[in-house]
Amino acid sequence: MKAILTTVGEDQVGIIAGVSQYLAENKVNILDLSQTIMDGYFTMMMMVDVPENEKEFGVLAQELADLGQKLGVEIRIRNEEIYRAMHHL
Amino acid sequence: MESEKILETIHMISDENLDVRTITMGISLLDCIDSDSDKACQKIYDKITTKARNLVKVGEQIQEEYGIPIINKRVTVTPISLIAAASHDQDYVKYALTLDKAAHTLGIDFIGGYSALVQKGYQSGDKTLIKSIPEALAQTDLVCASVNVGSTRSGINMDAVAEMGQAVKKASELDFMTNAKMVVFCNAVEDNPFMAGGFCGVSEPDTVINVGVSGPGVVKKALEKVKGASMDVVAETIKQTAFKVTRMGQMVGTVASERLGVPFGIVDLSLAPTPAVGDSVAQVLEEIGLERVGTHGTTAALAMLNDAVKKGGIMACSHVGGLSGAFIPVSEDAGMIDAVNAGTLTLSKLEAMTAVCSVGLDMIAVPGDTPAETISAMIADEAAIGMINNKTTAVRVIPVPGKKVGETVEFGGLLGHAPIMGVNPASSADMIHRGGLIPAPIHSFKN
Repeated sequence: MKAILTTVGEDQVGIIAGVSQYLAENKVNILDLSQTIMDGYFTMMMMVDVPENEKEFGVLAQELADLGQKLGVEIRIRNEEIYRAMHHL
Repeated sequence: MESEKILETIHMISDENLDVRTITMGISLLDCIDSDSDKACQKIYDKITTKARNLVKVGEQIQEEYGIPIINKRVTVTPISLIAAASHDQDYVKYALTLDKAAHTLGIDFIGGYSALVQKGYQSGDKTLIKSIPEALAQTDLVCASVNVGSTRSGINMDAVAEMGQAVKKASELDFMTNAKMVVFCNAVEDNPFMAGGFCGVSEPDTVINVGVSGPGVVKKALEKVKGASMDVVAETIKQTAFKVTRMGQMVGTVASERLGVPFGIVDLSLAPTPAVGDSVAQVLEEIGLERVGTHGTTAALAMLNDAVKKGGIMACSHVGGLSGAFIPVSEDAGMIDAVNAGTLTLSKLEAMTAVCSVGLDMIAVPGDTPAETISAMIADEAAIGMINNKTTAVRVIPVPGKKVGETVEFGGLLGHAPIMGVNPASSADMIHRGGLIPAPIHSFKN
């Protein structure tokens, strides 16, 4: 399943490393990545491919949220269809 | 995909209370009719618990995967007055208990359809059902009841109006909270996913998925960005916001329908408030430029809001239905409660507002000593507005025993709390006692 992973929070050392390491460990492939500073906040968006027969999506989302807490940022992952549905005809 | 759009969606969900209010599965019970009510109830229980067995699971999956809160999972069924009529039972409480048991088994939030459609007259089951509504609601937790007493095509059944005033009173004496689960309609719709008035009409498919979206908070935030702009800009902003909200509802409905293997019915484009901060229709109206909701100009602002929501939503999904518009339940909307407490919002202004928005006098607490005839007369007024204006109207008033105007009653949860509102003290009893039918209105010479 294609999903969009967003990471928003105060910039600091190790955010990208922390997130990408977790993704690699869980066989989540990063397809596209953009990163910017928006209103003073570190904002990273990743398009990722979540493998079907690995961890359950809910577990993955929870572990990422926990990882975000450790890194001091908010990490969310959602099926990309929701963004497509809302903003594309 | 652009980062800004992704962030916009995230903000809508995290900060502006965007949610799917309900995924509702309509289930026809016409094939459960039996002259033996025990057999009928067993068939009803089996059908509901089979057809909807995955409803809660799929709702939770979607919530997890798409990160969009799905507040309620519900079931609506064919009006029980039609299903139970063959059994010749003295009351239909047994059927209500069956629905309640099925709802508990499934783990859903509500089940609607303890209903009767009597806009032109009663069949044998209707009277029995209406008489048993207070008892049925008092004995169950999750069952919702509704009665349609009028329509544009057939007029208003004033006998039923009189009877429903008494039913509301009797229910409040048993337990006033039961009235939160009962609504009296004019022009009831057959695919409404919202409660308390949801039922599965006889022309609906065997099973169907209907979705109700929400999102007054999202509309308010969008309007904060166009302060001082003309009403055209306000309407356009509401349309665009409603479009996005509805697209999400359409997507959730499509996914739910695929995973449950049940056809997708409609999206109900309603702005449904909750007592949560920032989830209020009243605050949307105030953002348009009213110091407090209920003041002069409220009806105009609401008319525009209601229309813009529909215009924005209609292109966003394949089938629109249900009640679609702005809800104005008093107890479920923090801004409405504040306005009543401040004295700017009265029952008569609410009645005017119901002429231009979806539904009607909703979740309004009135003194416990309000006569049944006065409640009937409120129902008749609302039904008349619906009948003449070709729209759905409804009454869900809650007489609270022992409470007087100015006091507050606590309902809890999504139902919120409500200040007791004053009703007109002059009697309407003689008109209500006349009974009979108000004939259907003429459909031309519209003035």
